[in-house]
Amino acid sequence: MAEALLSLRNLRKRFGGLAVTDDVSLDVTPGEIHAIIGPNGAGKTTLINEISGVLPVDAGQVFFAGRDITALPLHRRARLGLARSFQITSVIPAFTALENTALAVQAGAGSSFRFFRPASTEQRLNQAAMAALEAVGLGARAQVPAGAMSHGEKRQLELAIALATEPRLLLLDEPLAGAGPEETERLIGILRSLRGRYTIVLVEHDMQAVFALADRISVLVYGRVIATGATEEIRANPEVKAAYLGEDEMTLDHVP
Amino acid sequence: MRQLRSELPALLLLGALALAPFVGFGEGYVLTLLARAMILAMAAVALSLLVGGAGLVSMGHAAMMGFGAYAVVILDDARIVEAHVVLPVAILAAAGFALVTGAVAVRTSGVHFIMITLAFGQMAFFTATSLAGYGGDDGYTLYARNTVAGGRLLENKLAFHYVCLGALTASWLLCRMLLASRFGRVLRAVKGNPMRAQALGFDPYPYRLTAYVIAGAIGGAAGFLFANAAEFVAPAYISWQRSGELLFMVILGGLSGLHGALLGALGFVLLEEWLSHQWEHWRILFGVLLILAVLFLPNGLSGIPGQVAKGFRRG
Repeated sequence: MAEALLSLRNLRKRFGGLAVTDDVSLDVTPGEIHAIIGPNGAGKTTLINEISGVLPVDAGQVFFAGRDITALPLHRRARLGLARSFQITSVIPAFTALENTALAVQAGAGSSFRFFRPASTEQRLNQAAMAALEAVGLGARAQVPAGAMSHGEKRQLELAIALATEPRLLLLDEPLAGAGPEETERLIGILRSLRGRYTIVLVEHDMQAVFALADRISVLVYGRVIATGATEEIRANPEVKAAYLGEDEMTLDHVP
Repeated sequence: MRQLRSELPALLLLGALALAPFVGFGEGYVLTLLARAMILAMAAVALSLLVGGAGLVSMGHAAMMGFGAYAVVILDDARIVEAHVVLPVAILAAAGFALVTGAVAVRTSGVHFIMITLAFGQMAFFTATSLAGYGGDDGYTLYARNTVAGGRLLENKLAFHYVCLGALTASWLLCRMLLASRFGRVLRAVKGNPMRAQALGFDPYPYRLTAYVIAGAIGGAAGFLFANAAEFVAPAYISWQRSGELLFMVILGGLSGLHGALLGALGFVLLEEWLSHQWEHWRILFGVLLILAVLFLPNGLSGIPGQVAKGFRRG
């Protein structure tokens, strides 16, 4: 196996008496889509927050491209190439789709301590932003304020923003959350088009999407990783089935 | 074209101020009033950069003007009255104060930022009241206005009118340029969604601090002009009430663009002046009008045309 792009080593995090991340170790290899699934309250979003630097961990280490980034804040990790989308849509409502995305390009295009030239006239930023918007099918909606977009469009924009930073690792926290059936299909199509070009950590509730997209899956239950493996292994794993009993059992069994 | 239209209100206002002396507003008394309005508008534009641009609601902006004004006082006392010396000192003093206090303040946000800027402002206020050598509570009367290249340019009311207008225009252009730049884009992003900005790799702190220092510097320049306009400086200029008034001007005018601050400041000063001649207890009425403005003008004075248009469409 190639050297891991992202490695979690014995991560621990407690909220009061509750262990939300309990000795989690995980490797994400370059180029794979690594899904993290688990029942509600398993600590999936917490884990994403720990990886991206929103939440500090109590113990353990996070390695990114061989470098220990455990102590780095969110914005420093982003600079290293760790991009994330949020479970709850997190765009800048007053900005147009283009400006939201151009801001993401700007983050990786030299200093932002530039005071004179209007940023909206920088063609280099705009072109890269348009490319990202077109990659998610929002090319025609570039001039629409993000606040005026539909939920599904915001999810697409969220993806475009993440792509525009040219990330080395994409952390997607429930990219399909709240999307309708049609929107879901479109988003899955977009994600599938990213396969192989980006290394992705995907947290998602929609099992159908997970099994359609993921190369490997880790199952998180009560803050512990109970299984990691290729899609087929996970599907057949009795422990995983047991963990989902009474919750998503139906979904898991009915996945084609 | 679209850009030009969004700048139209500000250009109209500045144009009107440029013409004012020639269309019946050239009396000394009126020019004094307009100068005061323009100087406060200048400070308000800088505050609008913070409030509307960066989401930093400062309740200590009058202290920036105070530093500029007291720079004039202290140099006047030392018989240093050349504007080319006094103005840079006034700007640097205010920017320095903004840098030191901002280094702490911009780490906070929301209500905490309001409280901490209020506290720093009050610190400046009490320091000014204790400057016994410069009049303490009673204030300090300048020997004369600052000189420009040895000349008494600022003594001429008409010239002073255009100096203030030039300073106001320059401040507006500067803030406008900043907001449109890469720097301003990050600032606006941090205001709109700080988590998103950080997830993209932007640390809000240096951007907010820079904005705070620039707004402070403009406030210092406004303070320099204010001292020269009144030829008198008192701690009351730094009081938190003055900071509140500046904030009110910004909100009264509307936060949708910098022209709101221009409109708010001019409207505030002129309304205050007019009302004070109508009725002895005018402050009661003034307060009521301000409350009504907040209740019924969600986008401030600059939002009135839009509201009227909407009303017409609705029939």
